[in-house]
Amino acid sequence: MTVTELLSYEAALAEYDPVMGLEVHVELGTRTKMFCGCSTELGAEPNSQTCPTCLGLPGSLPVVNAIGVESAIKIGLALHCEIAEWCRFARKNYFYPDMPKNFQTSQYDEPIAFNGYLDVQLEDGEVFRVEIERAHMEEDTGKSLHVGGATGRIHGASHSLLDYNRAGIPLIEIVTKPIEGAGERAPEVAKAYVAELRELIRALGVSDARMDKGQMRCDVNLSLRPHGTEKFGTRSETKNVNSLRSVERAARFEIQRHAAVLSSGGSIVQETRHFHEDDGSTTSGRIKDNAEDYRYFPEPDLVPVAPARAWVEELRATLPEPPRVRRNRLREEWGVSELDMQSILNAGAVEAIVATIEAGADAASARKWWMGELARNANEQGVSLEELAITPADVARVSALVAAGDLNDKLARQVIEGVLAGEGTPDEVVEKRGLKVVSDDGALGAAVEEAIAGNAAIADKIRGGKVAAVGALVGAVMKATRGQADAAKVKDLILEKLGVSEG
Amino acid sequence: MPGITREEVAHLARLARLELKGEELDHFAGQLDDIIGAVARVSEVADQDVPPTSHPLPLTNVMRADEVRPSLTPEQALSGAPAQEQQRFKVPQILGED
Ligand SMILES: [Zn+2]
Repeated sequence: MTVTELLSYEAALAEYDPVMGLEVHVELGTRTKMFCGCSTELGAEPNSQTCPTCLGLPGSLPVVNAIGVESAIKIGLALHCEIAEWCRFARKNYFYPDMPKNFQTSQYDEPIAFNGYLDVQLEDGEVFRVEIERAHMEEDTGKSLHVGGATGRIHGASHSLLDYNRAGIPLIEIVTKPIEGAGERAPEVAKAYVAELRELIRALGVSDARMDKGQMRCDVNLSLRPHGTEKFGTRSETKNVNSLRSVERAARFEIQRHAAVLSSGGSIVQETRHFHEDDGSTTSGRIKDNAEDYRYFPEPDLVPVAPARAWVEELRATLPEPPRVRRNRLREEWGVSELDMQSILNAGAVEAIVATIEAGADAASARKWWMGELARNANEQGVSLEELAITPADVARVSALVAAGDLNDKLARQVIEGVLAGEGTPDEVVEKRGLKVVSDDGALGAAVEEAIAGNAAIADKIRGGKVAAVGALVGAVMKATRGQADAAKVKDLILEKLGVSEG
Repeated sequence: MPGITREEVAHLARLARLELKGEELDHFAGQLDDIIGAVARVSEVADQDVPPTSHPLPLTNVMRADEVRPSLTPEQALSGAPAQEQQRFKVPQILGED
């Protein structure tokens, strides 16, 4: 294998201007396939979810899934697209074993949605508008298992085994217009776009859009042109990039690779490329067929789709608040900085915090628990926040107990620890572990007397006006009460005993 | 009518994964030419006011509810397969692309 020559990222950008096109495939969360009633449930036995239609047997006839069309329209509307008054499906003809019909039912020059945009926000808050060319309906292919080669790779395989359970699952392909003017931020824009699209798809409720499960996949088209020129360079198409981080890395790698080829006088081959997660590189795939080689023609077995305007408007009225707008609204309501909001997003804590506030907690404590104790715990266990054995209602209850003075922070952490360990609800944990703030003045008074007597020198300093030294005595009392005292109250009591007032 | 060239037939054969001999390319070039010529006569009759038609019936929006229907059993699905392994369709080595 030859080593791919790369130019440094800075040198590449000094000489060239990147132009990107992103194609994202989203598997819809419908119960059945796009053109037949076979189940789309994941994890079924091989070839147990097929029928004559999705196997392409002679004489079978497809009928389109109404929810598939509805989802496509919702996605189109959320991307500010126009919705076709009338459009058809088309056959995309090519031969490959993962497609039993020998054509993919897709849409060609009449996509259901076209001419839209999605505003994406970069990490520093800058908003970049990505124009949408089209969103169209199509179907997924089957899954191949390559046998005999090294680690399931196609190269060196003696034969392949096909499972058609996935063949025919509804896909929406969303294609951007050429993304120009992003400059050195192009890889960041690519990542932010896919992230925003994923949030949008989830908010619409049309798919879980789990990239790790292949429910959302991105192809990154990239070309370079010398600064100051208009004409696009030859592009490469990096297929099936399956995480947000990989989208950014693939774009960055291709910028550096193209620049190395072009600046040494070479030319880019129009081809598909494969992305490698391990080192972030891409390698050559096949030379791309031209569109005419797919011999598209209108699908005769499916009648045209002509969404009534009243239906389109009905669907428009159901659209959720756009994720970017919602995030900015929450950020303001919670009173956090862009940077803090970014860490909340990265931690996947937004929904948990929202639910905790809805359960009665204030924003600051909801954020504090989910981003602190709970994030650390999830991290240690290698699970997501939702997978932790604690609900937003539990967290809200803990913060209510703190607000009422029944728990201090240290005890609250123990309560959370107990809930996570399956010891019951916060109230049950408080009960079982006997975790209550000691606020009984008599008991505290004794502990305070003791602390003063045992630290006479410090007590003198405080009497002499060095109020800041009170921390040491508070510490002694907290130690004596095993953390179960209310620190603010202890401080007041000590100052009162010593006849000093604060400030 | 412009003639279909030997190269065009060879290209189509590659797309269709057909292996054609030299004399077959010439043979099919002639045949395809005849077919396309015959079909082209339709556009002589169809004037500007006759739009291209993909569907003969004026139907739109035929859709089904998103409800699961029984599938074939794996045995039924695989019953027409020339070869199978691990309850999957077995196909020869996939070469030349991936
Ligand atoms: Zn089916």
